[in-house]
Amino acid sequence: MVGTDLLKVEDLDVSIAGRMILRDVNFRIDHGEFTGLIGSNGAGKTTLLRVILGVQAAARGRVSVHGQTLTRSNSSVGYVPQKVVFEPDLPVRVRDFVALGLDGAKLGFARRSRQNLELVDEMLDAVEAAALANRRIGSLSGGEQQRVLIAHALVRKPELLLLDEPLASLDPGSAQEIIELLHSVVVHQQVAVLMSAHEMNPLLPVMDRVVYVANGGVASGTTDEVVRSDVLSALYGHHVDVLHVHGRVLVVAGESDHAKSMVADHPAVIVE
Amino acid sequence: MFSSFMTNAWISGTVIATLVGVVGFFVVMRASSFAAHAIPNGAFAGAAGANLVGVNPLFGLVVFALGAALGIGYSSRRTRSDVATALALVMMLALGAAFLATSNEYEPAINALLFGEILGVSSSEIVPVLVLALVCALGLGVLYRPLLMSSISSELAVAQGVNVSLIDVAFLVVLALSSALAVPVVGALLTFSLTIGPPAAARLLTSRPHRALACSVVLSLLTLWAAIASSYWSNLPIGFFVGTFSALVYLVARAWDVTRRRRLAHVVA
Repeated sequence: MVGTDLLKVEDLDVSIAGRMILRDVNFRIDHGEFTGLIGSNGAGKTTLLRVILGVQAAARGRVSVHGQTLTRSNSSVGYVPQKVVFEPDLPVRVRDFVALGLDGAKLGFARRSRQNLELVDEMLDAVEAAALANRRIGSLSGGEQQRVLIAHALVRKPELLLLDEPLASLDPGSAQEIIELLHSVVVHQQVAVLMSAHEMNPLLPVMDRVVYVANGGVASGTTDEVVRSDVLSALYGHHVDVLHVHGRVLVVAGESDHAKSMVADHPAVIVE
Repeated sequence: MFSSFMTNAWISGTVIATLVGVVGFFVVMRASSFAAHAIPNGAFAGAAGANLVGVNPLFGLVVFALGAALGIGYSSRRTRSDVATALALVMMLALGAAFLATSNEYEPAINALLFGEILGVSSSEIVPVLVLALVCALGLGVLYRPLLMSSISSELAVAQGVNVSLIDVAFLVVLALSSALAVPVVGALLTFSLTIGPPAAARLLTSRPHRALACSVVLSLLTLWAAIASSYWSNLPIGFFVGTFSALVYLVARAWDVTRRRRLAHVVA
């Protein structure tokens, strides 16, 4: 399956309350790829994820999975939102919460089958949270909750996992553990991951592709193709320098008339 | 206490406590306590209005509680939920005050509406109460999993394909019907103490959703039965006992939870 288009976003415009948030967005994601959705706060990353998820309408363009236009609640797509607040007293164990990832949208009561209960245990093992299974979800740390949210999203066996800033508010150690966990999911379960972040450096070792969002447009491709001064200058609409320091990438703002002229010609940059 | 004239109180109390135990579990899960306070006041205005025009008070209770619930649901999509609920609350209280001022109700009847009356459900109303409770129970049974999922996180529920707006309105309708049933017995001002106290206590006693739901029903039943008995013996309004016992049940559960956590921390240390 590796190498075939799993997700394709074509000519997408998104506006909210009359304001254009994203314009002419194009990119694709293949099976088993780790893609970083990079951009500053307010760049439109969450909006783009919501459109892919089918809960936000696009003004123009098409989002397809396996060539089929995406509909709401597509089981091929799993989702981990930016922030979920669980009260400490919430009477829901980790095991119950992950199981609701399987059947939370179904009507009525039902006793869960042995097969589904085994699937829940399998997912908790996969995210190294088996020891937390009987804990209240509200009693977990931020990093533990992220693991459980990922298990909740994976239990339906999606082919694409969308994560909205899962590293926000995590300490560096927990953030690194979540990145390694997601990389393991990509490698062992062949699930494609599209993960938003405002800081790309933690993702550099695992990212196959980057979708860089700025100024209402996107640039997509491999890190070397996108994270370059000319590409990002065109995207931002002013000159930026891309500096490599001790294996880390720094994007530094500057001024350039040449960049302005490039933006006028290329409102969205796609490097494939 | 178990004489024939008290039969309606025990039957209606048992049905109401069971239903409110389930509804309250979701009210606390969804942090909808303010709506659970506002809607019975809507029901109160309905009962006052029904008395004024001479129709069955249960009809007025149901119609006005539903009106308040749908008004809150509709307005909450356009403004902050607490603002929408507060506006519905004050409007209903104002209407209730106007209806009472215009009617020829005796003061005891007004007190009964506000603070409860163990003989608040007449024999002719037992069947409608049972039917409405059954409708609510069926509705909650059908909605159970999406309601639970959306109560934990509406964003995750939406991502799973749950129509959260529809679930919100459906739950408010069930809350309205259960409030309409509870107001004649428990009173408009204190119905919400039964909706909040036992369910909030139940979630401290167990970490499993099904067990917390069952525990909420049991505590709600014990609270209302104890309140009916106490009201019968003391001749004080049942609402006073429901409010007091609900708070006590929560305090005992909280004390048990604190003690359990300390013991666990001691064992770990």
